[in-house]
Amino acid sequence: MTSHGHVAISCIDLRKQFVLRHTRSLKEALVWLAKGRKGDLSKKFLALKDVSLEVKQGETVALMGLNGSGKSTLLKLISGVLQPDGGTVRTRGRVAGLIEVGAGFHHDLSGRDNVYLNGAILGMTEKQIDEKFDSIVEFSEIGEFIDTEVKFYSSGMYLRLAFSIAVHTDPEVFLIDEILAVGDEPFQRKCIAKIKELSDMGKTLFVVSHDLDLVATVCERGVLLEHGEVVMDGEVHAVVAELRRRSAHAESEDSL
Amino acid sequence: MAGQTDQLVKPGSGHGLLDVYGHRFLLKLLVRKEIKVRYRGSVLGLMWSYVKPLVQFLIYFVALGIFLNLQRGTPNYAIYLFSGIVLVNFFTESLSNATRSIVDNRDLIRKIYLPRELFPVATVWVSAAHFLPQLLVLVGACLVVGWTPSVLQLAAVILIFVMVAVLGTGLGLLFGAVNVYFRDSENIVDMIVMVVTWASPVLYLWSMVQKVMGEWFWIYQLNPMTVAVEVFHWAFWEPTLRGGQLVNDATPPGMLTLWLPVALLTTLAVLFLGQFTFRRLAVHFAQEL
Repeated sequence: MTSHGHVAISCIDLRKQFVLRHTRSLKEALVWLAKGRKGDLSKKFLALKDVSLEVKQGETVALMGLNGSGKSTLLKLISGVLQPDGGTVRTRGRVAGLIEVGAGFHHDLSGRDNVYLNGAILGMTEKQIDEKFDSIVEFSEIGEFIDTEVKFYSSGMYLRLAFSIAVHTDPEVFLIDEILAVGDEPFQRKCIAKIKELSDMGKTLFVVSHDLDLVATVCERGVLLEHGEVVMDGEVHAVVAELRRRSAHAESEDSL
Repeated sequence: MAGQTDQLVKPGSGHGLLDVYGHRFLLKLLVRKEIKVRYRGSVLGLMWSYVKPLVQFLIYFVALGIFLNLQRGTPNYAIYLFSGIVLVNFFTESLSNATRSIVDNRDLIRKIYLPRELFPVATVWVSAAHFLPQLLVLVGACLVVGWTPSVLQLAAVILIFVMVAVLGTGLGLLFGAVNVYFRDSENIVDMIVMVVTWASPVLYLWSMVQKVMGEWFWIYQLNPMTVAVEVFHWAFWEPTLRGGQLVNDATPPGMLTLWLPVALLTTLAVLFLGQFTFRRLAVHFAQEL
């Protein structure tokens, strides 16, 4: 189904502006309107400036950059959570995010109920969840606790189950945001092995992480964002080296 | 959903309420979750769905029926009262929960794209799940006092149930979306909820309003909930009356031929308005929450 060469994600001149609104009540807004819209109610902040990017099917791309460079915003635009203020973003096939695992979990439901609920939230059908249920539980190493309410889970168990559901959703494009730091080391290794397995299967991976050594082993291509602009796009090791150079440079400037 | 592999599509652009149908498995799970979670850790559990309206009913019956002696002029006043209360409860519960549903689910909405209409629609289904047991109690009570409804009246009950659900959904979409930007919305809805019990002939008879309002009575009739309650009275309360008890003005003139169609049209208009506003505002939900 997946063939190299087709475009999986296409971003053209993407612009995203955030309004840091101060007012939160109808009264303030009405007063502002009555005064003839004088003064600015809000501060604006440009998170992405004309970002263009194309990812082919089967590519593994690491999105890098310092905090506040717009990585998560770009990921949210691709997943459809946010809508761009300018430019277009288009995707091919089902896109699923391993973004903030466990966002759809409910503490008062059992692990089993949460597998179904979270699976459905991530776009799986009832049949798919039925088929993969055993595999999800096995991968998460939750075992007999699957029928216990999630609020009694340790934080490790919680994250393992959430990650396990997410990797079983089987989309064409995976968006991965800062979740490779899941659980203890053996489980982390298992997760990385699973992600590599996905990329070997020809899935498109789009990874955001601050763990540079890790993304260099998982991904082939690197994209460097700085202040909402793409400053470098190329082989992952070269991009990692460039980011290291830039942050070292920034540090030495700070210390001067 | 799947099978779009050979097409580039814009992420996050849905078809509004139509997408909810495509996600009906998720809708089912969301509804089930709400019902499970609602009475978590309580001993009586779902029984609270019976106990609360029952207490509410007793208060009104004692205060209005006995103290103010409304039951003398209105035969089977208990049935009259209860049929209105359950319907208004269904509406107010749908509306207030739907209004809060977007803000309550902010963790999810900020992180994962889903048709956001799912959340208000799910709350209306949950309210329906609490309404149905109350309806059964009502039917039981009606049967005890000798209820002989016609097929038309039974059909009207189903129609009104659907209409109130749609009305709750429409208003819920509207106020739920606005609530993301202005939390005043919740308070406006709290006020509507307070008014609605008294702005429909739940506790008193419609004819008392007509006496006061005279030729302006039509304004009162424009409220779709008023018509909904009147139709419920016609379907549940009137067929329990015996020959001698029959009131000749049990329903307002033109209720089925004029006011019911008007209420249905108003409801549809509200649904479209709600959906339209919701879609306009939903684009920026994730960044405003």
